[in-house]
Amino acid sequence: MPLLTVPDLLTLLRECAGEEESADLEGDVEDVAFDALGYDSLALLNTVGRIERDYGIRLGDDAVERATTPRALIELTNAALTGAFPSAGGAARDK
Amino acid sequence: MTGRLAPAPATGTAPGTAPGTAAPGTGTWRPCGRHRPVVTGLGVVSPNGLGTERYWAATLRGDSGIGRITRFDPSGYTSSLAGEITDFDPARLPNRLLPQTDLMTRFALVAAEEALNDAGADPRAMPDFAAGVVTAASAGGFDFGQRELEALWSRGGAHVSAYQSFAWFYPVNSGQISIRHGMRGPGGALVAEQAGGLDAVAKARRHVRDGTPLMLTGGVDGSLCPWGWLCMTRSGGLTGRTDPHRAYLPFSPDASGYVPGEGGALLVLEDPRAAAERGVRRIYGRIAGYAATFDPRPGSGRKPGLGRALRLALDDAGIGPADVDVVFADAMGVPTLDAVETQVLAAEFGPRGVPVTAPKTMTGRLLAGGASLDLAAALLSLRDQVVPPTVHVDSGDVPDTLDLVVGAPRSARLRHALVLARGHGGFNSAMVVCGRD
Amino acid sequence: MSKIHDARRVVITGIGVVAPGDVGTKPFWEMLTAGRTATRLISSFDASPFRSQVAAECDFDPAAEGLSQRQVRAWDRTTQFAYVAAREALADSGVTGEADPLRTGVMAGTACGMTMSLDREYAVVSDEGRLWHVDDAHGVPYLYDYYVPSSMAAEIAWLAEAEGPAGVVSAGCTSGIDVLTHAADLVRDGAADVMVAGASDAAISPITVACFDAIKATTPRNDAPESASRPFDRTRNGFVLGEGAAFFVLEEYAHARRRGARAYAEIAGSATRCNAYSMTGLRSDGWELAEAVSSALDIARLDPSEVDYVNAHGSATRQNDLHETVAFKRSLGPHAYSVPISTIKSMIGHSLGAVCALEVAASALTIAHGVIPPTANLREPDPDCDLDYVPLTAREAAVSTVVSVASGFGGFQSAIVLTEPGRRR
Repeated sequence: MPLLTVPDLLTLLRECAGEEESADLEGDVEDVAFDALGYDSLALLNTVGRIERDYGIRLGDDAVERATTPRALIELTNAALTGAFPSAGGAARDK
Repeated sequence: MTGRLAPAPATGTAPGTAPGTAAPGTGTWRPCGRHRPVVTGLGVVSPNGLGTERYWAATLRGDSGIGRITRFDPSGYTSSLAGEITDFDPARLPNRLLPQTDLMTRFALVAAEEALNDAGADPRAMPDFAAGVVTAASAGGFDFGQRELEALWSRGGAHVSAYQSFAWFYPVNSGQISIRHGMRGPGGALVAEQAGGLDAVAKARRHVRDGTPLMLTGGVDGSLCPWGWLCMTRSGGLTGRTDPHRAYLPFSPDASGYVPGEGGALLVLEDPRAAAERGVRRIYGRIAGYAATFDPRPGSGRKPGLGRALRLALDDAGIGPADVDVVFADAMGVPTLDAVETQVLAAEFGPRGVPVTAPKTMTGRLLAGGASLDLAAALLSLRDQVVPPTVHVDSGDVPDTLDLVVGAPRSARLRHALVLARGHGGFNSAMVVCGRD
Repeated sequence: MSKIHDARRVVITGIGVVAPGDVGTKPFWEMLTAGRTATRLISSFDASPFRSQVAAECDFDPAAEGLSQRQVRAWDRTTQFAYVAAREALADSGVTGEADPLRTGVMAGTACGMTMSLDREYAVVSDEGRLWHVDDAHGVPYLYDYYVPSSMAAEIAWLAEAEGPAGVVSAGCTSGIDVLTHAADLVRDGAADVMVAGASDAAISPITVACFDAIKATTPRNDAPESASRPFDRTRNGFVLGEGAAFFVLEEYAHARRRGARAYAEIAGSATRCNAYSMTGLRSDGWELAEAVSSALDIARLDPSEVDYVNAHGSATRQNDLHETVAFKRSLGPHAYSVPISTIKSMIGHSLGAVCALEVAASALTIAHGVIPPTANLREPDPDCDLDYVPLTAREAAVSTVVSVASGFGGFQSAIVLTEPGRRR
C-alpha cells in the first residue's frame, strides 16, 4: 500500500467534507490547521474514517484531536502503514 | 409533597390571574392584544418554479410540474408520477455543505436564503437571539438515509458517514438554516405530515408573540428516492395513474388519489413593530388566525375535525365566514376525503359561498412543504388580488356546491385567505392570512 | 420576559414511564434513587462488529403490556413505548372521562421516530443493501406509518380520545423538553385544557449504533458495560445509547383544581435556543444553553438563587460536561456552586429525544418525594467539572424548583423549570 501524500489527503478531504471556497487548498497547506482550512471535527472524523477504510488501518479514537494539520494526519497515517504505529486492523469493522 | 389540589368552584381562577383577563378553561381566552406577526419575506422551491416569482408566474399560467419520476426508474412501483424539481443547481450552495446535506435540505437552504433576502433581513446583524427558525418535517432526509443504510447493510458499519447522525433527522433543515444565517433564537421542527406546514408557522407566530422579533418558518420537504417512494406508496392515497394530466384530480368524480412532490416554501415572520423599526416597507400580509384539531377514531361516529379547525381559526382571526375571500383547499384527491372537505366548505360558507382553489394540482402534495407553499400562494394572491387556478380538473366535474376556480386565474377583491391542510392519520390545520391593512 | 399573559398555568397531573429496567414509573424511581444502572451489552442484535456495544435497553414485552397482536406486529417499538407510557399517565391522572375531548390534545416528541423498523424493513426490501431499487413485493403495509412519525401521535390521540391539537415535535436530543414547551403553550394559549405530551425513542438499531460510532460519540467501554456511562467523571469517554419514553398529562391549573386532581409539579417556564454553530458541536462558552436557562427562569419569574436542583444533560462526552458546567455558572452565577446537580443518564443512558422527558419525570418526582437521584459512576471527578454533581448516592432535600436542561444535535439548547404546584410567582 503506497503512503498517503498531501495531494491524496486534499482529494479525500474534498470528497468527504467538501471544499471551503474561502480557504485556499492550492498553496502550501501542510502546516495550516484544519480549522483554518474550513474543516471542523466532523469533517475530519469523516475523512479519518475514509482513510481507515481505504488503507485498512486504525488511527485511534483521538486521531482527530491529535492530528490538527495535514502534516500531522499524514504522519499518523503513514506511521500506521509502515508499522511504526501498531494498527488494530482496519477491516475489522467491515462487513 | 405531592399536593392533591383543593377542589375549586367552577368559576374559580388560577392564582395570579388578574381579574377580567381570562376565563380559564372556557376556550374563549386569547393572548392579549391583536399582536399579529407580519410576513416580510418568501422563499419558494417548487416543481413548477424555483424562486417565488417564477413559481407564482407559472402557477398563474397553470404550468404543472408533475411528470414521470426521472431521479430513479419508478417502474416496479405502484405509482410513477411526482412533482419533481428538475432544474435545481446545487452549486448555488457552499461546496462544504454538499457532503452533509440531503437534497431536501439543499432546497430548504436555498429557500431560506431567498426568504431572508426578500425580507432584507440579516440575522447576524440583529441582536443576540433575535431570530429563530421552526420548520415542518415529515420523514427527514430519506435519500441521504437510503445511501447510508445501503452502506451499512452492504459494506458494514464503518462505511456509514459521520454526517448520517443528523443529515436524515427531522429538524435538520432548522439546524442547517440556523447555522448558515446565525439564527440563535428558538428552533426545532414539527411533524404532522401535510398539516405540519401550518403548525410550524403557528409555532413561529407564538415565538414572535413571545418576544422573538423574527422567525423563519414553513416547510421544504421531499424524498424522491426508491426507499422513500416505496414508503410513500404505502400511504394508500397515491394515484396509480400514469398520465400527468389525468392523475391528481381533487373534487372530481374521477379522483383516484394524489401525486406526491418535493419542495415547499419558507416565510419570514416578524413582529410588526420590530419590522417597522428595521425599516421594512413591504409586507405580504399577516398571520391572522390558526387552529388545529384531530379526527376521532374511525368508526366512532363522531364528526371529522376539519370543520372545527376551520371555525376555530376564523375565531382566532376574529372574523366570520363572510370575511373569507378565498380558500386554498387541502384537496386530497381521495374521494372520501374530498367529500368531507366539500361538505365542510358548504356548511361553513354556504353552497358556492367562497372561491376555492388547489394550485397543488400543479405541484403535487409536498408532504411537510405543501401547506407552507399554499400559504405563500395565499399571500401572493392577496398581494396581486388574483386567485390561482386548479388545473386538470374539468369544471363540469366539480360538485355543484363548490366554487372551484378551474383552468384560469380569477381576479377578485381579496382581504382574507384561508388555507386548509390535513395530515395523514387525522391531523387538521387551518390558517387565516390577511393582506396589508 | 415573556410578553404573553400567563394567566393560564400548566400542571403535571399524570406521569407514565417506559425506561431501561422494569416498565412503569414506580420501578423507574426506585432504580434512580437506589443509584442502580441499567446499562449492559446490546442484546437485541449482534453488535460485535461495532465500536460501541453498550446500551441501556428496556425489558419491554409488548404482549405482557396488553398490546394486541396487531399493535405488536404493526407498531414500531417507539410507538409501543409511547402508547404504554401515555396509558400509564392517563390512568395516573384520572383525567379520562373528566375532560372535553375537543379540548384535549396530544404532542409527542421523538428524535429518531421509527428508525428501528425502517432499518429492519430496509434490509428486507433491499436484500441487505444489494438493491438500490428496493423491492415493492417485500414492503410491509405499515411503511408509511414508519416513514412519518406523527403516526405515533395519532395512536395516542385515539387512546386518549383527544380531538384537540395534535402532532410531533422534534429537535433531536432536546425533543423531550421542547414537546412539553409546545404542549404547555397550547394550554396557556387556550387551544386546549389537557395535553397528553411526552417523548419516545427506541433506536438501538444497527444504523444508529453505526452513525454514533462514526462520530465517536458513544463509549467504547465494552468491558465494563454496567459502569459505562460516567458523566462528569475524569474517565468518561462518550455516552451510552438508551431507549425509553415518558409521557405526561399536562392540565390547565383551574381545570385540574376543579376535579380535585393531584399535581406533581407546575411547568413554570421553558425556552430553547440555537447555537448556530455546529450540527453536532457545542460552543465552549455555553452561552446559548445559559440563555435558555435564564430565559426559562425569567418566564417562571424566578431568581437563579431559587433553584433547588438542576437535572443536567450529562451525556458523558467531555465536550458536553464542560459545556454545561460553564453554562450553569453563566446562568446561575455563584449559586451554581451550591445547588445540587445530577444526571440520570449515568443510570439509564441517553435515549436521544426521549431522555429529557424521562428527566422531566425524574425532576417532577424529585419535587414530589424530596429525593434527588444521584449521578452514578462518578468516582473520579473531572477537575474541570467543579460543581456538586451528587455522586453515587441519592440525597434527601426539600426541592420546590428544578431546572432540567438538554443539548442536542442541530445546535438546539433547551431548559425547563418545574415548581411545586400552586407556588405563587
